[in-house]
Amino acid sequence: MQAKTDCVLEVNNLHVSFFTDRGKLRVVQNVAFNICAGETVALVGESGCGKSVTALAIMGLIEEPGIITGGQIRLKGQELVGLPLAKYQQIRGHRIGMIFQEPMTSLNPVFKIGTQIGEVLVHHSKMTEREARPEVLRLLKKVGISSPHRRIDQYPHELSGGMKQRVMIAIALACQPDILIADEPTTALDVTIQAQILRLLKQLQDDMGMAILLITHNLGVVAHFANRVVVMYAGEIAEHTDVRTLFHKPQHPYTQALLKALPIPGHERLVPIQGTVPMPLEYPSGCRFCTRCPAVMKCCPQKSPSLQKIEPCHYVACWLYQMKNAP
Amino acid sequence: MKNAPTPPLLSVRNLKKYFPISSGFFSQVSSWVKAVDDISFDIDAGETLGLVGESGCGKTTAGRVLLRLLEPTDGTIHFEGNNLLKMGSAELRRRRCQMQIIFQDPYSSLNPRMTVGNIVGEALKVHGIATGIELEQRIGKLLDRVGLSPSYRSRYPHEFSGGQRQRIGIARALALHPKFIVCDEAVSALDVSIQAQIINLLCDLQTEFNLAYLFISHDLNVVQHIAKRVAVMYVGKIVEIAPAKTLFNSPKHPYTQALIAANPIPNPSIKHEAKLLEGDVPSPVNPPAGCRFHSRCANAMEKCKNLEPPLTEFGKGEAKQLVWCHLHTSSN
Repeated sequence: MQAKTDCVLEVNNLHVSFFTDRGKLRVVQNVAFNICAGETVALVGESGCGKSVTALAIMGLIEEPGIITGGQIRLKGQELVGLPLAKYQQIRGHRIGMIFQEPMTSLNPVFKIGTQIGEVLVHHSKMTEREARPEVLRLLKKVGISSPHRRIDQYPHELSGGMKQRVMIAIALACQPDILIADEPTTALDVTIQAQILRLLKQLQDDMGMAILLITHNLGVVAHFANRVVVMYAGEIAEHTDVRTLFHKPQHPYTQALLKALPIPGHERLVPIQGTVPMPLEYPSGCRFCTRCPAVMKCCPQKSPSLQKIEPCHYVACWLYQMKNAP
Repeated sequence: MKNAPTPPLLSVRNLKKYFPISSGFFSQVSSWVKAVDDISFDIDAGETLGLVGESGCGKTTAGRVLLRLLEPTDGTIHFEGNNLLKMGSAELRRRRCQMQIIFQDPYSSLNPRMTVGNIVGEALKVHGIATGIELEQRIGKLLDRVGLSPSYRSRYPHEFSGGQRQRIGIARALALHPKFIVCDEAVSALDVSIQAQIINLLCDLQTEFNLAYLFISHDLNVVQHIAKRVAVMYVGKIVEIAPAKTLFNSPKHPYTQALIAANPIPNPSIKHEAKLLEGDVPSPVNPPAGCRFHSRCANAMEKCKNLEPPLTEFGKGEAKQLVWCHLHTSSN
């Protein structure tokens, strides 16, 4: 990993559980990673693997019956877990920005987009609404919205999906946050619009030097946008490495299987992963991938493997690589 | 393949579907949404035609019009030589046994109040093909064929995961031994590992039953994998049809080129050119005159703004590449 000095966000041993009538759901277990300034880390995995919950935990948005049961989240050294609400509200939208999957439902339909962007500035930078207006225009121009003077007084329904996502980005970046969390930012958009939004995010990152935590299930987007990748399966980290190693030399059987299941030119027949992702109540004991793993061994269902460094900057949680410590 | 001109299984000519927009006093029709505007293509028996395009380009409407789930505004659809649009409801009903559809959303396309057995067996009952024990056997066989345990027949859809539900939808479509299935974003809602299972299942069923698919999807990687030929739609019109390999390796229409350039390939070593499309897809209510792509096209010429581009053909026989673009009219 890079030097600790420019580390923006550190997540250590994060555990999130949901206490339901049917039992305790361990939705995020032992998740740890860090992000440096100007860097993009992708959190990938299939639906239900805990990637969005991890993002919500960082934003302090885990609500009843969910609880962060352990671990630390540090933003430039400041501990966020257990922070009082009033303090958290000074950080959210100010030092951490977030954009969501559905730009259609994330904006309030009854307010003009100018008001919605300005609200962030009024709240965090203590501007009046009038003072915020030129800043809002500047932001609209910055996220590539044409004729911002007309757009600023429009309502969300007057904009296309791509435009709305640009407005969301303007809101998230209004206060120049240290880190931007992008939760499936392009999943609801068409490919040509997706390419525009990703290019915009890259440009803004180069300009402002913020860190990006990209949450996605689209490995194509990961390959072109991320520097490092954290692969999650059933609430745990399976593999964590830089993007090239992940695609060219994946080590965890889950990552390998996931890449083989992708329709890529040249693949004659896809190799699917047998079975389905288990529900949180039905997570198997030991390694959570053991029920579907092609390389499963005797020790796998007994004890869950810890994340081990197998090379500099390459971490894998699999018994195949820690035979010495196997039970 | 033989050179003898076997007629295609499905032949579509100048198909149009306009939706009226009513407004004002007495709800007068003020304008039309030209969802599908003059498209033509053929599908052979046992072949997969991929239909790709961005949202709102009319690909789903095209799929539904083919089965007459929506009545087309104009054009002809010949299925095994018979014009579907001239048929009365009784004959259409008989024909529809051979044409089925698999929907995108496995959650909303299955009736939550029906058991899996009833969902899969309903068509067999309606068409009077099987009853009693035979019906039960057929249902069991169908479930088995799509990889579900026949004992699931008495369960309800909510008990299944997305991938399993999609298998139920496939079993339902297969029940009547169709020759042609419209797969409308059939794998788009599924996770990668499950998506691969369903794609493989669709490929196996195709070989086994000699099925023809119209595979509608916005995911170019999936279409490239599954389709033999691919048609690209833009705002209600087909802009290019070609064999999958040709289309992805040497796309001729500027829109196809842009679409393929924007498609992220899951390999960090393949660098993308920064040739990105600007702007949004225009509305099909008032599509641009002339070539509909001219407002976003980097190569737009003066005539693109007024004249609809004519068809230009490249190659022969199976390798035929059809392009609707002014850039290529002069070269051929």
